[in-house]
Amino acid sequence: MDRVYMDNAATTKLSEQALTSMLPYLTEYYGNASSLHAFGREAAAALENARKSIAENLGALPKEVYFTSGGSEADNWAIINAARMGAKKGKKHIISTKFEHHAVLHTLQRLEKEGFEVTYLEVYSDGLVRVEDLSKSLREDTALVTIMFANNEIGTIQPIAEIGKLCRSKGVLFHTDAVQAVGHEYINVHEQSIDMLSLSAHKFSGPKGIGALFIRTGIPLPAYISGGSQERKKRAGTENVAAIVGMATALDASCKNMKTNNEKVRALRNRLIDELTKISHSRLNGDREKRLSGNVSLCFEGVEGEALLLSLDLKGISASSGSACTSGSLDPSHVLLAIGLPHEIAHGSLRLSLNENNTDKEVDYVIEALPGIIERLREMSPVWEKIVKGEN
Amino acid sequence: MAYSEKVMEHFANPRNVGKIEDADGIGEVGNAKCGDIMKVYIKVNDGIITDVKFNTFGCASAIATSSMATEMIKGKSIEEALTLTNKAVVEALDGLPPAKIHCSVLAEEAVRAAIADYCEKNGIPVPSDSFKCDGCCNSCSSSRQ
Repeated sequence: MDRVYMDNAATTKLSEQALTSMLPYLTEYYGNASSLHAFGREAAAALENARKSIAENLGALPKEVYFTSGGSEADNWAIINAARMGAKKGKKHIISTKFEHHAVLHTLQRLEKEGFEVTYLEVYSDGLVRVEDLSKSLREDTALVTIMFANNEIGTIQPIAEIGKLCRSKGVLFHTDAVQAVGHEYINVHEQSIDMLSLSAHKFSGPKGIGALFIRTGIPLPAYISGGSQERKKRAGTENVAAIVGMATALDASCKNMKTNNEKVRALRNRLIDELTKISHSRLNGDREKRLSGNVSLCFEGVEGEALLLSLDLKGISASSGSACTSGSLDPSHVLLAIGLPHEIAHGSLRLSLNENNTDKEVDYVIEALPGIIERLREMSPVWEKIVKGEN
Repeated sequence: MAYSEKVMEHFANPRNVGKIEDADGIGEVGNAKCGDIMKVYIKVNDGIITDVKFNTFGCASAIATSSMATEMIKGKSIEEALTLTNKAVVEALDGLPPAKIHCSVLAEEAVRAAIADYCEKNGIPVPSDSFKCDGCCNSCSSSRQ
């Protein structure tokens, strides 16, 4: 077996279609979209076609889509500037969750230092937040609610439409980091009452370094990056036309093929979950049904995630882990701790994230390889020794 | 920073993995909460460490440092083994990423803990700087890096 890539939540392979659509804008049509001449007009036309296509796939209007360098920039922009807008009206309270991506969490921590108050909603053991908890946390001075569409580690999909509806009824801005969901889950910003949405192309077979922020018409979100008048003066910087075209192509293909892709990927995912949870002292993290089609997040007691990850790597399997060793600190993933896992168990986490490029054969290979790896690591683990003896 | 080839080699093929049922000294350091536990078993004959085994729960560098540290004390006298430093283990492995230095500290301390256990059991004065792990991994990483 060649290399097996099961880390599609980290990034995906650029699709052939996206690449083909990008190439002319890296060679022939290299104009600056702001230029008035023919070269510029070609680029500007491509940009607007891409914007229109992306908007359609989100249920948005083209003028509501602003291109950014990726998901992190979109998150920073939406949260920081929505907070500033709120502060002008004396609203300095924000509601989020404990298991957001760091692009959101670290941005919120920045705002806390500036005097904002943030309520972090509990995430239950099923990996979901409760709309009732949000309802109880909303205040007169709440400026913004920011809750992720689907979690990047455990894949759980939040009740976004209900959250949106509640926020709308209370007149509170609602932003969602939908980086893991766009192109994989049905999204319609208007049906789901979303005011702002962040997305990133490389999570749905588009290129890296490009993303977008949807801002609903009527929200006067100030610019985050100052400079030229690109993106209707909201986001300065010469547009990366090729990447934007690639993003639009990839999103369109992902949305058109969503049903078939998800059916295929879900079958692979379910097989992995069924077989790998047969390993003793293992567990699936997050709700089994309300999760992304491609997400398998497991914990194996008595083993450490990084050792597991590198053992898989030695067999050509690329996966990910939320162990402390991969997070660069002594604490395991904040996501696994947020759903109530003890440190000892959270250290033994493994995430396999699939997409439509994965095959049955690859799933077979992982199912065959993993039990032996776990056994080897457990054989040398003093923690496992205690578990077996029943001390833990 | 990526792991050196030597770290990966010791991780893929660790030396001295296992237990010694009739060990003369056993040392266990670390904390499952922090993600690393090392348990070192030694067999001592005439003041010489004739056999050594380890069990480790932890990341690749924890396994590699355990493997290297046990290799380095095998066949050595107790006195020599006590001179083993985490720095020497790191050097023998062609370096470790900064965030992983605490693994080498843990390896050094697991060896010392095993020797201290042997000394206690045999009425030999426990060498003064023998380590007693306080279970807090932060105290290692901050003071010994």
